[in-house]
Amino acid sequence: MVGVRKSFGATHALQNVSFEVGPGEVHALIGENGAGKSTLMKILSGAYRPDGGRIEIDGQLFVPSDPWRARRSGIAMIYQELNLAPHLSVQENILLGDEPHRFGWLNRARRRASARDALAELRHDNISLDAPISRLTIAEQQIVEIARALIGSPKVLIMDEPTSSLTQSDTENLFAAIDRLRRCDVSIVYISHFLEECRRVADRFTVLRDGESVGSGDMAAVGLPDMIRLMVGREIQDIYPRIPHSPGKAVLELRDLRGMGKPRSANLTLHEGEILGIAGLIGTGRTETLRVCFGLDRIKSGSVLVYSRESTRSSPTRRLAERIGLLSENRKEEGLLLNRTLADNLTITRYGPVSRLGLVSARRQRQCAQDWMERLDVRAQSPNQAVSELSGGNQQKIAVGRLLHHDARIFLLDEPTRGIDVGSKVQIYRLLGELAARGKAILFVSSYLPELLSVCDTIGVMCRGVLSAVRPTAEWNEHTLMAAAIGQPDAASN
Amino acid sequence: MSDLIAAASAGCSMRLVRCSDWSWLSACSVGSVVALTSVVGATSLVKGCSPAAAIALTIAVGAGIGLLNGLIIAGLRMMPFIVTLGMMGVARGTAKWLADNQTVNAPKSSINNLMDMLDPLHFFPLPLGIWITVALAIVMVVVMQRTIFGRYLFAIGSNEATARLCGIRVGLMKVAIYSLAGFFFGLAGLMQLSRLTQGDPTVAIGRELDIIAAVVIGGASLSGGTGSISGSMIGALTMAVLRSGSTQMNWPDYVQEIIIGIVIILAVALDKFRQRKAAL
Repeated sequence: MVGVRKSFGATHALQNVSFEVGPGEVHALIGENGAGKSTLMKILSGAYRPDGGRIEIDGQLFVPSDPWRARRSGIAMIYQELNLAPHLSVQENILLGDEPHRFGWLNRARRRASARDALAELRHDNISLDAPISRLTIAEQQIVEIARALIGSPKVLIMDEPTSSLTQSDTENLFAAIDRLRRCDVSIVYISHFLEECRRVADRFTVLRDGESVGSGDMAAVGLPDMIRLMVGREIQDIYPRIPHSPGKAVLELRDLRGMGKPRSANLTLHEGEILGIAGLIGTGRTETLRVCFGLDRIKSGSVLVYSRESTRSSPTRRLAERIGLLSENRKEEGLLLNRTLADNLTITRYGPVSRLGLVSARRQRQCAQDWMERLDVRAQSPNQAVSELSGGNQQKIAVGRLLHHDARIFLLDEPTRGIDVGSKVQIYRLLGELAARGKAILFVSSYLPELLSVCDTIGVMCRGVLSAVRPTAEWNEHTLMAAAIGQPDAASN
Repeated sequence: MSDLIAAASAGCSMRLVRCSDWSWLSACSVGSVVALTSVVGATSLVKGCSPAAAIALTIAVGAGIGLLNGLIIAGLRMMPFIVTLGMMGVARGTAKWLADNQTVNAPKSSINNLMDMLDPLHFFPLPLGIWITVALAIVMVVVMQRTIFGRYLFAIGSNEATARLCGIRVGLMKVAIYSLAGFFFGLAGLMQLSRLTQGDPTVAIGRELDIIAAVVIGGASLSGGTGSISGSMIGALTMAVLRSGSTQMNWPDYVQEIIIGIVIILAVALDKFRQRKAAL
């Protein structure tokens, strides 16, 4: 694509983006949130029309007008947000819009075979073809989404953050599949925040910043620090800023906590000024542990102690009153009120400080939101903007800001850095350190091992619904964490 | 004119419950509830109740039906549409039963003063009932925009899961809002009674559609999370003008019905169009 431009009103979402991908090449497209990656994707899929520039495929001018035509021309896309029909089965979703048929009659046998082949290609034939999508975990859903893109042998495959909800072993499978596609001369545009991942999988890269392509080159020729500098336009000295803090007395204790399904058993003690990490594969009960603990899901047995007092039976209302806050892993469907304003999202759990005589003061609310936006470096036009208009990183800051405004003492954070850019990640890590230094307690669930190992004081690993003993971070490394996560704690010793 | 009042007060309560897709559907039972409450009011006057008691009873029956709707919907986690649809039948049937399948003529009482037209030379010659409705609408604007209760409603309309996560007692809020809607429906029934001096169990059939149209014309999105009371008041006025305009032109009933049907389709199409524009 050459010199592609797109403006929305006065905002230039894309100014001058050019890059090219050869056959069999994996091209990484990297950039911070709001750099224009999503807009670019939407132009390629035909959702938006470019204001200028041109796109060519095999030397032919390509004018995408809708997703169906884009797909016919050999462009397949894997979106960051899952685009699956939750009530349909796995095979129906994989072949959706491309069902094998003869004179309009569905060929079920061929559909089954194609779906099975696509999943086998990803080494995931363990997913049942007939299970409805809603029964799968998010990671499995992502696999289905990828399998769908492989149908119809695309020439260009565009992947937007395909690994953001995958575990390490699934990521390996994905990389293997990418390798196989590369050998079949499929061009792949790989969009990701995980730079290490891009380095592993991509041949070349293009960096987007503020809607412009600011640099490109061979992956092998450029170091990680240089790439980060290109992305943020400044140097980031330390991805994991370390702020000294020391644990105090216990504030949250889980004793043999068991939910209706998961977790099967969770034991931990969280102290003031402590960041406790929970590692583990997706779908093993980490999210459920937080939900049960927050009163969102029912407890089957075991007990919860808050500030050393028994507080097992609970509800989110009560937990919030105990100044416990939960950050949902699913920002869009649970974490935020997308069509409400930033101000509403920030202040909803604690209207007290922004109201007078029981009436919410719009002015104070705005003021208060403005305050948090500055402290968290949220990039937005105004506190009255709808949250849906913000980029992922900024949305996440708003979600975290709500817990800060609530003045929580115990933070339950589920994948707080998922799908956000490096710059925002660093800000969140620093924030966690500052909170711990001020004596807040943080339970930090993540699938990304380097961040757990760098940010947490102690780490426990969840495996098949059971939480391992929590040990100091110094006693863990990536191998032992992964070994514990797959239930083979001894495998890492050799 | 009673059309206008019924539509306006119900419309604004609609607007108020309109904060989500579950709630706008509660409009589905408004026509029958208005009929039932007007019959209850008329019957109680016939049985010798004082006007004050009749007023209280009329509104209480409306609010009670709303409360019941809310309890069923929140308590059993049922689809609101089904519950209000069922309640529509129950209310209409009860109204006919109470009224013995005919209109109940109430004796003249001070209730009729609510809708008396004043001397046209009077400053702002509007009956008391309309002033009450306007005042309540203003109160509701403040409640929706400025109180924590109102903000919570918008939150539930925007995303129920998030609202729960933020510690809002979603079930309790639903019960409250359906009761409040029932209160307004009772009020609409009272206005009806005041104007016609009779309780008619077959009145306000099809009023559900007027209200949905009023709310959508007023700018609410059917999918929830946005909207304003003032907007739906304007929508309700538009619908009332359409109705009385058709009557004054001496158009037959069926022309009115066709026109209103078309307006509703146009209003919903407009809603879709606005959403698409907002999405870009």
